[in-house]
Amino acid sequence: MTPLELTGSLGIVGYGLGAIGPGIGVGLIFASVIQGTARQPEARGAMMGTAWIGFAVTEALAIIGIALAFVFG
Amino acid sequence: MSGLSGLVPLEAADGGFEAPGVHSFDVPPLFEGVPWLAWFDKYMLQAMLSVILIMAFWMIMARKAALVPSKGQYIGETAYFFVRNTIARDMIGHDFRKYLPLLIALFSFVLVNNIYGVFPLSLLPTPSHVGWPYGLAIMVWVIYNGVGIAKHGFFGYLKHTSLPSGVPAFMWPLIIPLEFISNIIVRPITLSLRLFANMFAGHLLVLVFVLGGEYLLLHSESIVNKVAGVVSLIVSMAIFGLEIFVQSLQAFIFTVLTAQYISSAAAEEH
Repeated sequence: MTPLELTGSLGIVGYGLGAIGPGIGVGLIFASVIQGTARQPEARGAMMGTAWIGFAVTEALAIIGIALAFVFG
Repeated sequence: MSGLSGLVPLEAADGGFEAPGVHSFDVPPLFEGVPWLAWFDKYMLQAMLSVILIMAFWMIMARKAALVPSKGQYIGETAYFFVRNTIARDMIGHDFRKYLPLLIALFSFVLVNNIYGVFPLSLLPTPSHVGWPYGLAIMVWVIYNGVGIAKHGFFGYLKHTSLPSGVPAFMWPLIIPLEFISNIIVRPITLSLRLFANMFAGHLLVLVFVLGGEYLLLHSESIVNKVAGVVSLIVSMAIFGLEIFVQSLQAFIFTVLTAQYISSAAAEEH
């Protein structure tokens, strides 16, 4: 007897797992920006510039994950 | 399974919903049946048009430079100063003028080709075909390595790029391969894959919301599905807004990383 049968691609599950890390990373980046802004509001502009670069570099992992999920899916 | 199929339109053989996927990016050549024009597809047309558009924009902006700028000149100067001050000067430092034409050309090219993804007449970002980011990344790779070799000499550049100063000798077997792989091999790969995957995933997201919404609204019977289709089409407008943001950000990131690679290759020893 088969209690439960799922069809589809395991690549999507892999993408879900792969999105955990970038999610935590993006959260850490903006948590630091919020903290930094609260401590020193006038430094917000300089921090946001760096934060966008860090955001894009971190987010690329999740984006590469979704591309690979399609490639191997 | 049978309970679900009334609610969710599953892929069916009888002309049901066909989910967008990798095949959505395979566009046919513009002139079918002409063998020697098989390379000329929508991506190529868009890239050629973008070059003409960018050249026209910068030439018109540079032609009538007045002391009191008009509105058009103001837009051009804002774009120019954005790349010049925010990207080139902050990343490369005092020697940035040499690389400014490259950075402005890269930024304009990537930005225009990304924005094609939301422009109503094209609706296909050129970098969502992986060949275009590969080409750009290979060009950037050649340039930053060339700058480093011209500055330090071949072996001097290899030492400069794979051995940060101040590393104790017993760490060298670990540091040298790591730095070499990360600076020479991984950099162009991540540079191209980041741009490609952002455009690919973004365009796919748009396709899922628009095509799925259209199918739910027009090709299904139950009223719940029609409501869901309308909601999906409305949300797709928000997705387009997100796409404009992501496309601009990726053009910015691509240029910033290029400037940073050049600056690290040309940096003096400390």
